[in-house]
Amino acid sequence: MENFEPEIVAFCCHYCAYTAADMAGSKRISYPSNVKIIRVPCTGKVDAIHIMKALEKGADGVYVAGCLEGDCHFKNGNTRAKQRVARVQKFLEEIGWEKERVEMINMSAGMGERFARTAHEFTEKIRELGPNPVKQSIKTEIQALA
Amino acid sequence: MITAEQKPMQEIIQYIAPYDKILLIGCNECVTVCAAGGRKEVGLLASALKLDRLKHGKTIDIKEITLERQCDPEYVEELVATIDDADAVLSMACGCGVQTIAERFNKKHVYPAVNTKFMGASQSQGVWVERCQGCGDCMLGITAGICPVSRCSKSLLNGPCGGTSNGQCEIGPETDCAWVLIWERLKALGLESRYEELVEARDWRPAGGAGPRKIIREDLVL
Repeated sequence: MENFEPEIVAFCCHYCAYTAADMAGSKRISYPSNVKIIRVPCTGKVDAIHIMKALEKGADGVYVAGCLEGDCHFKNGNTRAKQRVARVQKFLEEIGWEKERVEMINMSAGMGERFARTAHEFTEKIRELGPNPVKQSIKTEIQALA
Repeated sequence: MITAEQKPMQEIIQYIAPYDKILLIGCNECVTVCAAGGRKEVGLLASALKLDRLKHGKTIDIKEITLERQCDPEYVEELVATIDDADAVLSMACGCGVQTIAERFNKKHVYPAVNTKFMGASQSQGVWVERCQGCGDCMLGITAGICPVSRCSKSLLNGPCGGTSNGQCEIGPETDCAWVLIWERLKALGLESRYEELVEARDWRPAGGAGPRKIIREDLVL
C-alpha cells in the first residue's frame, strides 16, 4: 500500500479541461503522471458505461472534467455528464464501493492551475482510499490466463 | 408502453449469488424506451455485477444479449444457441418477457432484474406517468380523452369525489384530480352535456376481475 500509485482516468472535454491541461503544460505547471487523459468532444459524450468500464479494467479513480456550468460549448453536455456521474456514484454505493472514486469537475480552458491542482487533489484522495478493490482479482485473472 | 425500474442491486446480487455463469438479457421494446432494460442498461448492470464479484475476489461470467422482444416466442427462440452455457438467466424485460423465457426454457433458473411498474406515457425526458390500467372497456371517448380509471386515485366513473381541492387529489399535491381535468377539457371542447350523463356501474370482468385475460384472434391463429 505504501508504494501505491493510483491510476486515474480523466475524461476531459476538448473545449475546456483538455485545453486547461495544455495550458498547464505551457505554463510549466506539473501535475501527477497518475492522471491519464482521455479527450472527448464534450463531457456529454461520456456515458455511465465508460466510467464503469474504466473501473472494471482497474482504474483507481475516474473523473469527468467539463466546462463551467452554463458554459458548455454544446449547451448542456456538462450538466448531463454531472447527472451520469451521480448515477454511477449511486451504483457504486449500492455495491459497497466508495462513491468518491468517481467525480465531476468543472473548469474553463484558461484554468491551467486549476487543472493541475485538481489532478493533485484527486490523486491524493484516491491514494488515501487505496487501490481499486478489483485490481487484485484482475491481476490474478491475468496471471491465470498467462 | 410498459414501464419498469431496475431492482435494487442487492436484490439482484442475492438472486445470482449461487451462479457463476449468467445470461443477462435485455429487451429492445418498452424497457429500452423507459431506460430500464435496454442494451445500455444491460451493459451497465453487467459491469456493476462484475465489479461486485471482483470486489469479493471472485469472478463472474456474464454474457449480454438484447432481444428484439422478450414477450414473443419467435425472438426468445434466439436464445437456444446461448442459454445452455448459462447457469441462470437474468432478464431485464418486464414481467411478460421474464415469463416467456421461463416458460420456453422451463429447466432454467430465471430471475427478474427490473420491477415492472405500469402502462405509462413519457411526460418529459426521464419522467413517465401512468395513463392506462388496461381495464378492457375504454371510456376515453366519453371522458374527453382523460382516463378516470388510471388517473383518478379511486378510479371513479362519476367524479370528482369530496377529496378534490383546487384541482388536486387528496392523496397529494402532485396528483391532479382526473375529474377536474375531464370537466375542464369537456368545457373547452363545448361538450359539458356529457358530464351530465351518468356512467352506470360497470362490469369489471374485462379489467381482470374474471381472472387472467386472453385475446384470441381467430383470423390470425395458425
